[in-house]
Amino acid sequence: MKRALNAALFLLILFLGWRFLDWALVRAVWQPDPQACRAASGACWGFIVEKHRLIAFGTYPYEEHWRPGLASLLLIALWVLTALRQRWWVVAAWAAGLVVIGILMWGGVLGLPYVENERWGGLILTLLLTTFGLAIAFPLSICLALGRRSELPVIRAVCVAYIELIRGVPLISVLFMASVMLPLFLPAGVSIDKLLRAQLALILFAAAYLAEAVRGGLQAIPKHQYEAADALGLGYFQKTFLIVLPQALRIAVPPLVGTCIGFFKDTSLVLIIGLFDLLSTIKVSLNDPAWTGFGVEAYLFAAAVYFIFCYSMSLYSRRLEASAGRSLP
Amino acid sequence: MAIQAFAAALVLAAAAYLVFNTLANLEARRIASGFAFLWREAGFEIGESAFAYGAADSYLRALAVGLANTFKVSLPGIAFATVLGTAIGLFRLSGNSLLKNLSSGYVEFIRNVPLLVQLFFWYALITEALPAPREALKPLPGVFLTNRGLFFPTFAGVPELQGFNFAGGGALSPEFAALLIGLSIYTAAFIAEIVRAGVASVPSGQWEAARALGLRQQHVLRHVVAPQALRVIVPPLTSQYLNLVKNSSLAVAIGYPDLVSIANTTINQTGQAIEGVAIIMAVYLTISLAIAALMNWYNARLR
Repeated sequence: MKRALNAALFLLILFLGWRFLDWALVRAVWQPDPQACRAASGACWGFIVEKHRLIAFGTYPYEEHWRPGLASLLLIALWVLTALRQRWWVVAAWAAGLVVIGILMWGGVLGLPYVENERWGGLILTLLLTTFGLAIAFPLSICLALGRRSELPVIRAVCVAYIELIRGVPLISVLFMASVMLPLFLPAGVSIDKLLRAQLALILFAAAYLAEAVRGGLQAIPKHQYEAADALGLGYFQKTFLIVLPQALRIAVPPLVGTCIGFFKDTSLVLIIGLFDLLSTIKVSLNDPAWTGFGVEAYLFAAAVYFIFCYSMSLYSRRLEASAGRSLP
Repeated sequence: MAIQAFAAALVLAAAAYLVFNTLANLEARRIASGFAFLWREAGFEIGESAFAYGAADSYLRALAVGLANTFKVSLPGIAFATVLGTAIGLFRLSGNSLLKNLSSGYVEFIRNVPLLVQLFFWYALITEALPAPREALKPLPGVFLTNRGLFFPTFAGVPELQGFNFAGGGALSPEFAALLIGLSIYTAAFIAEIVRAGVASVPSGQWEAARALGLRQQHVLRHVVAPQALRVIVPPLTSQYLNLVKNSSLAVAIGYPDLVSIANTTINQTGQAIEGVAIIMAVYLTISLAIAALMNWYNARLR
C-alpha cells in the first residue's frame, strides 16, 4: 500500500516535472521575436533576452550601462568579501568601494557624464537600497536593543514603543509615510528626493527588526558576565562595548543574517511608491504593447534572480551556524 | 535621571519640531487637518465589496469596505496556510525521502523569493494562462476557471455564461484568488519550518515510551507529541499569522481593494496623508494586538 502510494506520487512528480521542463525548455522560444513567441506553445524567454538591458539597468542612459553594471559587480564583490573575511581592511575596502560606486553612478568627474539619481534603476538600486539600509540600520538597531534592555524607564519606553510600533504595521505603511508624509514634516524649502525618502523608510523599518535579533543575542549572555564586568569596576559603556556586545553579536549572527535576507526581499516593495528597483523594471518591461502577456516568464525570471541572492545568503548563514555549533562546548 | 530627562526632552523636541513644520506646511497647502473628510462623498467605485457600497457613499464606508476585504482574504489565508504548512512540516520529518526532499525544496524556494514577486506571478498565471470565459476550464460540474476569475455554484444560483462573462453563483476575482494563493503558499513555508522545529523538539524518548505503551502512530501524534510540540509552536505561529495579515497589504500592488489600497486612493484624492497613514497604522496595530492577545490566551490554556 505504502509502496504503491510512493510510486504514484513519484509518477505524478515526474509527469508534472516533465510538463514544466517541456514548457520551459523544449518548446521555449529564445530569440527576441514576439511573433514566434505567440505562435509557440512554450515559454517565451526571448522576452527576457529583448528586455535584459531595461531589466538590469532601468532608465539609466543606454551608452552608460557599463557603469551601473560595474558598480553592481563591485557591490556584490564587497558583500562576498565581508562574508569570507572579517578583518580591519575590509572596512577600508568598503570605504574605497563606496567612493568608486558613487563616482560610477553619479559621474560628473573623470569625464563621466552626470546621471541624476532619478534615472538609477534595476539591480543596482535593489543592491544599494539593501546595502545602505542595513549599514545605517545596524548601528541604530544596537542602540535600540540596548535601550530596550536599559534600566532607565524613559529610554526603555521610547525604544519599546518604537520597535513595537514599526513591527506592528506593514512595511507599505512606513513607505507611504515616507513618501507622502515626510514632505509635510520638513521645513518649507527643504525637500528630499524620492530615493532618499524610500531609503529612510527602509532604514527605520530594518532597525526595528534588527534590534529584535540583537536583543536575542543580548538575552543569551549569562548574568555572570555582567557581574564579572561590574566586579572589575567597568562603567556601563566599557561593560557594554568590551564585554557584552562582542559576545552578543556573535550569538546574534544567524538571526541577523535571516533578517538581512528578509530585508533584501522587502526592498522589492519600493515598487509600490514608484521606484525602479529590479522587480519594478521587470514589471515596466511588460508594459510594451508588442510584448504584453509574458508575465509568467518575466516573474519566473524575477523569482530566479531573487532566489539566487537569497539562497546564497541562507547557505552562508547555515555554514556560520554549523561552525558556531562546533566552537561552542 | 539626568540622562533620562535629556532623552525625554530630545524626543519631545524632535516631535514638536515635526509637528510645527507639519502645521506650517498644511497651512501653506490649505489642507484642513482632522478626520472630517471621512464623512465626505468618496466618489470612486470599488471592484469588490462584502456589503453594499457605491461611489456616492462616504470615505468612511469605503475604508470599511477595504477593512472587510482585508479580513476576507486574511482569514481563509490563515486557515489554508496552517493546513498546508502543518502538512509540509510533517512531511519534512517523515521517513519517506521523496516527500522529505520535495517539501524541503518547497520551503527553500518559497522562503527565498519575495512575496511581491510571487503575487505578481500568480496574478499573471491567472490572467494570462487561464482561458477567456467562453473557453472556460471546467474542473468540476458548475465550476469555471477563467482569466476573469473563478466561478462556482452556491445555494443562491449557478454561474451561467452571459455575454462576455459569467453571472450568478459565487465568484472569486483574479486579484482575490492571486492574493489568497500567494499569501497561503508563502506563509505555509514559514509555518512548515515552525511545525518541523516544534515536533523535532519533542524528545525521542517520548515517542518511544508512547509506542512502548502500544499506542498507534496517530494516537502517539495526537495525545503525546502534539500537546508538547504545540507549546513550542504557538508563539512563533502567532507572529506568522500577524505577518500574513500585514502582508495582505501588498494587495495594493495587484489591485485588490484592501484597506491599504483604499486608504491610498483616499490619500491621493483628499491630500489627507497624515490621517490616511494614521488610519492604516492604527488598524494594523489593533489587529496585531488582538491576534497577539488571542494567541497568548490560547498559549496560557495549553500550559
